[in-house]
Amino acid sequence: MPLELICPAGSLVSLKAAIDNGADAVYMGFRDNTNARAFPGLNFDETQAAEGLRYAHDRGRRVLLALNTYPQPDTWSRWTGAIDRAAKLGMDAVILADAGLMRYAVKQHPQLRLHLSVQGSATSYEAVNFYREHFGIQRAVLPRVLSLPQVENVVQHTDVEIELFGFGGLCVMVEGRCLLSSYCTGESPNTAGVCSPPKAVQWTDTPAGLESRLNGVLLDRYGKDEKAGYPTLCKGRFAVGGETYYAIEEPTSLNTLDLLPEMLKIGIAAIKIEGRQRSPAYVAQVTKVWRAAIDSVKKNAAGFKPEPAWQAELNKLSEGQSHTLGAYHRPWK
Amino acid sequence: MNLTLGPLLYYWSRDDVLAFYEEAKSWDVARVYLGESVCSRRHLLRLSDWLALAEQFDAAGKEVVLSSQTLIESESDLKMLRRIVADGRFRVEANEWGAVRLLSEAGVPFVAGHTLNVYNPETLDVLAGLGAKRWLPPVEMSRATLAALLERAPAGMETEVFAYGRLPLAYSARCFTARHYNLPKDDCQFRCLDHPDGLALTTREGEAFLTLNGIQTQSAGVYSLIGELPALRELGIVSLRLSPQSRHMGRVVKSFQAALAGETGAAEQLSRVMPGPAVDGYWHGRAGLEHSTEKNA
Repeated sequence: MPLELICPAGSLVSLKAAIDNGADAVYMGFRDNTNARAFPGLNFDETQAAEGLRYAHDRGRRVLLALNTYPQPDTWSRWTGAIDRAAKLGMDAVILADAGLMRYAVKQHPQLRLHLSVQGSATSYEAVNFYREHFGIQRAVLPRVLSLPQVENVVQHTDVEIELFGFGGLCVMVEGRCLLSSYCTGESPNTAGVCSPPKAVQWTDTPAGLESRLNGVLLDRYGKDEKAGYPTLCKGRFAVGGETYYAIEEPTSLNTLDLLPEMLKIGIAAIKIEGRQRSPAYVAQVTKVWRAAIDSVKKNAAGFKPEPAWQAELNKLSEGQSHTLGAYHRPWK
Repeated sequence: MNLTLGPLLYYWSRDDVLAFYEEAKSWDVARVYLGESVCSRRHLLRLSDWLALAEQFDAAGKEVVLSSQTLIESESDLKMLRRIVADGRFRVEANEWGAVRLLSEAGVPFVAGHTLNVYNPETLDVLAGLGAKRWLPPVEMSRATLAALLERAPAGMETEVFAYGRLPLAYSARCFTARHYNLPKDDCQFRCLDHPDGLALTTREGEAFLTLNGIQTQSAGVYSLIGELPALRELGIVSLRLSPQSRHMGRVVKSFQAALAGETGAAEQLSRVMPGPAVDGYWHGRAGLEHSTEKNA
């Protein structure tokens, strides 16, 4: 089936919210740095994962496990242990970024379905086909850097199913190739499963305005009437050539509802919603809108038009209350 | 342990590039990485020009490696990659896994670049099986992690470490230099040419933080492992990569050669030609922007 809806499950409550509101599959992580949302209070232990799987499978839906950080030499067994648990629990697929870990998974659990994580940074069909040939991956999640015609070119040259990010936080950088967070804080998505980690964030009220800092580095300063957002490093205001502005990216979210007919046409297998760190209520609302939109575009692609109510709902939930088509739409670049 | 001249990450005029490499022929480096690895729009040197330079360095007795592009987006990017692999005269540095596929299919040995994200010996072993003879750890890797990895590295694999220069930290579809000038990427007017060492990004309180280099984001701090040579030797590192800067690169090479020869004052010489504050936090397992002398003092 094209255009499956893949929703974030940061907790059991979120998982149920996603399933109840129409997700075809959810993705989750274990409670450690083996996944790229290693936040305190988030993710699943083995018992919860088993319960989540039961809940999803009873309703004919699937659960994918994100193991998409890069295993470190001293703690290699943490990642292989997670693969073993995934297989034992009956995960429908594991989402991996590291070639060494893929080799382990293929050897030890040949029946386990493998997806290439966005953290694997595969932006061409040559890279996607590399993982297909060597590890038999069934699906690849593409970094949010390609335009739709470039995505189409990938789809046309591979048997691997292609999954795209449709909504939520927007990485401006190629995922897996961004070390800004570790440069500033010592922890990156690749190694620690976090970007701009909460423990490095500091808020200070100053006469000049509310300041957000990451490990002491000033990311932004907000005027009285400005709404302060989470201090993600790439979405701060910096000075370049005497001008202070969002030098890398505005605090905005990705929203690709408008592109659904084209994504259907070019054969995208699945749409991923970002946000395992978001609340169950958020997951419920976003899933509901996207379920309705995907059902609608499949019924009548030519006549598809996002309903104003959907956009209003999604805008309310977006970071900075604004959204962008990102790199899928060339002028963004 | 010898020195390597890394690929030129900035966009300079054709004359400046040729003058830089003319000078480089006299530098005491064992190996030179050539080619455009950052942005496919940069075209003042064509592949044929890079290959001509490669022949000259080869004749001058230096090993040549062609660096491939890190972010592949279009069919024309792939076409360029195939041409580089097909040339066959020189070793190629694979900077993403599409290049790994093409090089392993061609059955030629290659260099595994630092953006392949090799964080453990198992992945390095995968690459060794595909033909990698030399590799670079991710620039964020600490000495301790590298030591643990190398304990189980495949036999015969040569390790090269990024040891000097602004750190290449991130790659994007978006061009941040064009964005600064309110220009679309497709009509960037090649503004990178005006910034031979990138465009400085500071915080709102004037602290140097990052450097914009087209689609690449670098550190503002200049990574330097000149004080870590004993540790690098102990790890069995074969080569140190020095990343080009627009001025005084010859003196950078000289400083590292002096340090390798055990001369005192080499680090002091180097500090005079660095285009920014020194950083080495990554090597010590800390935030990349830190410097050991600040923390250890």
